[in-house]
Amino acid sequence: MLKLENISVSYGSIKAIHNISLEVKSGEIVALIGANGAGKSTTLRTISGLSKPSNKDSKITFKDVQIQGASPHKIVEMGLSHVPEGRRVFPDMSVYENLLMGAHTRKGKPGQGDFDRVYHHFPRLKERIKQLAGTLSGGEQQMLAMGRALMAQPDLLLLDEPSMGLAPMLVEEIFHIIEDINVAGTTILLVEQNAHLALEISNRAYVLETGEIVLEGLAPDLAQNEDIRKAYLGE
Amino acid sequence: MKKLLDNWLVQFLLFLCVLGLTAFITDAIGDVLPPYLLMIGLFIGINLIMALGLNLITGVTGQLSLGHAAFMSIGAYASAIATVNYHVPFLGGVLIGGLVACLFGIVIGFPTLRLTGDYLAIATLGFAEIVRVQFTNMKITNGAIGFLGIQGSTTFPIVMTIAVITIILMVWLENSRNGRAMLAIREDEIASSAVGINTTLYKIQAFAIGAFCAGVGGALFAHTTTFIQPTDFGFMKSVDILSIVVLGGLGSIPGTVIGAIVLTAAPEILRPLANYRMMVYGVLLVIIMIFRPYGLLGGVNLRKAVRRAFMLTKKKQAGREE
Repeated sequence: MLKLENISVSYGSIKAIHNISLEVKSGEIVALIGANGAGKSTTLRTISGLSKPSNKDSKITFKDVQIQGASPHKIVEMGLSHVPEGRRVFPDMSVYENLLMGAHTRKGKPGQGDFDRVYHHFPRLKERIKQLAGTLSGGEQQMLAMGRALMAQPDLLLLDEPSMGLAPMLVEEIFHIIEDINVAGTTILLVEQNAHLALEISNRAYVLETGEIVLEGLAPDLAQNEDIRKAYLGE
Repeated sequence: MKKLLDNWLVQFLLFLCVLGLTAFITDAIGDVLPPYLLMIGLFIGINLIMALGLNLITGVTGQLSLGHAAFMSIGAYASAIATVNYHVPFLGGVLIGGLVACLFGIVIGFPTLRLTGDYLAIATLGFAEIVRVQFTNMKITNGAIGFLGIQGSTTFPIVMTIAVITIILMVWLENSRNGRAMLAIREDEIASSAVGINTTLYKIQAFAIGAFCAGVGGALFAHTTTFIQPTDFGFMKSVDILSIVVLGGLGSIPGTVIGAIVLTAAPEILRPLANYRMMVYGVLLVIIMIFRPYGLLGGVNLRKAVRRAFMLTKKKQAGREE
């Protein structure tokens, strides 16, 4: 479904990622794990068009169409939604309005069915439909950010650190919901610092280190890998 | 009843009724009020039209612009040239003023809207200065001497009717899909791109509509004073309009209306203070911003506030009946 070939991104003279190639197949959950500053978020931002690749031979293919350098709104229209790092809900809009914004790319008004689908995954949002998004708790904001992205009916969902700043109980809940969303038919590419949980729910994973992919494989294999256990699982 | 209001034909007829009523009432008022008060009312209307445009750019979409006077001057000169040199009828001239300003809004929008915040403010400021200097050195505008002989065609009913049209269109726009997208850009530009909003497109839309309003305001201004010169449209003019928007409450249409009334009327009301007038005016601004940091109506949802007041009186009545 998604294929990256030789992606490099620089911020000024600093190279954020270097020659990254990866693939996400339809129906999978793929995790991208690594330490702070390894280039995980930059990779996602480049896929969704928020950052541009800096080398000419980079190629991003989504549903057999090349999308490198396309504007973000075009990419969303194609069925690829990005839940950015730090949730970024619209704080002065209500939960309902936030969800409505998520359906912006679709022609016409979203039906009740679209909202129901989001409420099915996030029943808590339904209780807070009129509340301003800025007054929600961190976990609820994460749910809202994910729900907002789902309103665009994406085929591929990019999740950037859904566990960031959340209590362990909530993290578990969010990860269960990610699995549910995947079962319901959405392919997921997940960036996560919590390598343990990420490897638990994903099919395959890539390990990023200082802007380069150093390891890739099936998630269960990586979870057994000695180096990974030492570096990311704290054993 | 609600369904009836959703019908666009009903909406349109209602719109026409409101316009007719405005024209009728303001015409009647125009016959009664002394010319001095009428003039203040006229300038309130002109400032309101321009401030509503800036409110869309700065208040709703969140793009700080310090160049609104430039669009105003473009509208003023374009309409003056049209009516004086080419004998276009007055309302046609107003429309031309708006359209030319709108065109410049779009042209300026493309390069400058890549900038954000302070940088955009500086760029728009620079643009306004360029426009002013340009008008000072052009032949057709009669340079620094000023453009003379414009007909004083602007009347109180015309200004008020255009102001009401602007208010209604702005309210309608704010509640539309485009308006929500503009609001989202103010809230969080990255998140807006991530949900698929074409941020450049909506920013330019806001700039174009805002510039159009400024152009119309400028055209009305030119046909009120009958004489315009480049110094009428300096940096302070931009600041005046921005003050209306900020003091009323960024993004609030009722706030902008109140801001336009207060800030246009205040210097006139303070006239008896003679030399201390502008000082008191400044103090007034500071006091308002200290006690209402988000503007007079900033953060107030008027519909909710009215409903709450209504509920309270109902409750009180119910209490009394018991």
